[in-house]
Amino acid sequence: MSAGLQPHAGSAARLWRNTDARRLFGCVVGALVVAVITGPSGSASSPTSGVTGSLFRPRVLVFVALGLALWAVMTFRRRFGEVIRRTNDRVVTAPRQLLANRWNRYVVYLAVFAFAIWYPTILSGYWQEVLVDQVGVFVLLALGLNVVVGYAGLLDLGYIAFYAIGAYSAAYWTGALPIHPPMHLNPFWAIPFAVLAAMLAGVVLGAPTLRLRGDYLAIVTLGFGEIIQIVATNLTGVTGGSQGVIGIPHFSFHAGALKYVWHVKALPYYYLLLVFVVIALAAFRSLERSRIGRCWAAIREDEVAAEASGINVLKYKVMAFSIGASTSGFAGILTASKIGFIEPGDFTVQLSILILVLVVFGGMGSLLGAAMGAAVLQWLPQFLRVHPLFGFQPQDLFIYLGALLVVMMIFRPAGIVPSRRRRSEIGLAEHGVGTADAMSAAGGPVA
Amino acid sequence: MCFTQNFWNLFISGIANGLVYALIALGYTLVYGVLQLINFAHSEVFMSGGFGGYFILNALIGSSQPSGLASVGFVILGIVGGAVAGGVVAFLLERVAYRPLRRRNAPRLAFLISAIGASYFMYNLAGKEFGRDAVSIPSPFTNGTVFTVFGAQVQTYYIVIAVATLIMLVLLDRVVAGTRLGKGIRAVAQDAQTASLMGVNIDRVISQTFVLGGLLGGAAGFLFGLNAGVVYTMGFTPSLKAFTAAVLGGIGNIRGAVLGGLVLGVAENLGVACTQSSWRDVIAFGILVLVLLIRPTGILGERLGRSA
Repeated sequence: MSAGLQPHAGSAARLWRNTDARRLFGCVVGALVVAVITGPSGSASSPTSGVTGSLFRPRVLVFVALGLALWAVMTFRRRFGEVIRRTNDRVVTAPRQLLANRWNRYVVYLAVFAFAIWYPTILSGYWQEVLVDQVGVFVLLALGLNVVVGYAGLLDLGYIAFYAIGAYSAAYWTGALPIHPPMHLNPFWAIPFAVLAAMLAGVVLGAPTLRLRGDYLAIVTLGFGEIIQIVATNLTGVTGGSQGVIGIPHFSFHAGALKYVWHVKALPYYYLLLVFVVIALAAFRSLERSRIGRCWAAIREDEVAAEASGINVLKYKVMAFSIGASTSGFAGILTASKIGFIEPGDFTVQLSILILVLVVFGGMGSLLGAAMGAAVLQWLPQFLRVHPLFGFQPQDLFIYLGALLVVMMIFRPAGIVPSRRRRSEIGLAEHGVGTADAMSAAGGPVA
Repeated sequence: MCFTQNFWNLFISGIANGLVYALIALGYTLVYGVLQLINFAHSEVFMSGGFGGYFILNALIGSSQPSGLASVGFVILGIVGGAVAGGVVAFLLERVAYRPLRRRNAPRLAFLISAIGASYFMYNLAGKEFGRDAVSIPSPFTNGTVFTVFGAQVQTYYIVIAVATLIMLVLLDRVVAGTRLGKGIRAVAQDAQTASLMGVNIDRVISQTFVLGGLLGGAAGFLFGLNAGVVYTMGFTPSLKAFTAAVLGGIGNIRGAVLGGLVLGVAENLGVACTQSSWRDVIAFGILVLVLLIRPTGILGERLGRSA
């Protein structure tokens, strides 16, 4: 039936069947695509100028050389895979065995924590800002989305909507919105209200849609993310409209004689965030190992079997969804109070996708992965932006991030720092055992 | 009611919007039929169709004012340009973002993530290569009122959309009902495994289904761009609505996609008359959530595999 099985296929077809040749082709095409992405921009009146300016310049040779090098490395790895794997095992096993001891692990955690406390103090003010606004908040956001995407295997594309709900709730309870609350609160006391609001929104949106197939959830959340922005822009009397909201107070702490106010400086916020990130890490860690976490794993691995074993699948999906939502809402308060100003344009659907990229890159279902993915991917563009060698344009960021999602799904679906359980699930699913996600409709194959 | 005095005007422009939604929705429904997956990158197929049509007409028409038979020719050329661009993009999309995962039997979550990545890659790349400002397609015809129905003005643009869409729908119906490819699509939609045992080349059918959906989506991109202009972000909202239309009619069901598109287009217009135009997208989204709550199988029901 297929042309590939005919014995007298042409020489081009024969070449195409050669894996090495096909990979070579893939590497060169990939290199040319990268050359175009990193090259100059075009315009509607001269749509090909970007491509020609990228490909018909000497710089293209650099990219082709890189592509060839990649191909060489891939071929080398395939030929000498056994040797590499053995060396790799030897390099990886020693630290892993060391970390198997609980006390050793605590020492490492403590060292990392000490580094996290000390390191920002030697950074310049600019990088401290980056550390809070771009890295810290996003680590927290990624940890929350990791519960939804990683633990429960659901796809939430409107995650930032809950961040917006948290931020606007904080603005409401601190009295910055045009409508006034029954009493004005310090941002610290607004936290429970804002988190509750985000969580409620998660339940209200999740409960009906989580009954359906998983891709419906994805598209409903995508729409919801867009709608929240439209609502925030148009309900001027409530949200301040497209002008945004100013004057959200900073965090402050009064207890008897003890009084402390977080001002505009980044470092105090960094330490506040650090505390929250550590709390989130510990909480999600124990959640993962609790009965709830095991239920999520069961749902991911085989939804029908989980349902048959008496797990209320819908309940646990809604739980994961709303835990993610409340984490996002929580991050929203922190940002609102740190910057003191929010506007609908801060809460784009793009931002939801960005956080998805952070989680997917780091490793779905892996706390360390999500945190590392967020830290690396949020820091890297800032670095490339100021570094003269790369000429990276920030408005091109999503070209790279989109490509990264595809590449990760093709070559390393479990992420850079994979969760061991998640990786084996994906491997099993690829051999036809289980699903490794929660994409079917809760309560059986309802349409 | 708020829309009674203007009902027929709203109805007719709603039908025109609805036909465009229907064309996009068909892409979702066809791919859903064979893969049981929502193609999240379909919005960018639509967008590339807009650019395809724009480049062709911009090169051919320039600043002249075509009329008569020349207008018809330019409309056809624009549609073909949009459709070809959409088809090529859909083909590449399937090759790069779907096929490697399908080979590996990856989890469905992986497909969705990969498609979203492809979507962001494509539209931002289009923004980089073609500029980020909206451009308008040089009009191949002079827009005006052709005739009136119940006091409502029917514009040339609406007639172009109606005629072009109806022709494409009839062609699609013929392809799905009467060709070897259509038989393959229906077989894969019913039961991919059995179809492959019967000698259907699943890879080829899936690839051709993407292209078929891409041709329609690309043509829709051009028709939409004629009125609204072309910009790299143009795919998002119409596609979300087209998806709503596909679910409304019953996803996987070709007639359902068309019906859903028309219902959504009209409902949205009537809803806007009662509120403000800035709430247009909220209304469409509200309809989506309502449909999913009340009747997730859609008006005509899902008819996977019996899609003709």
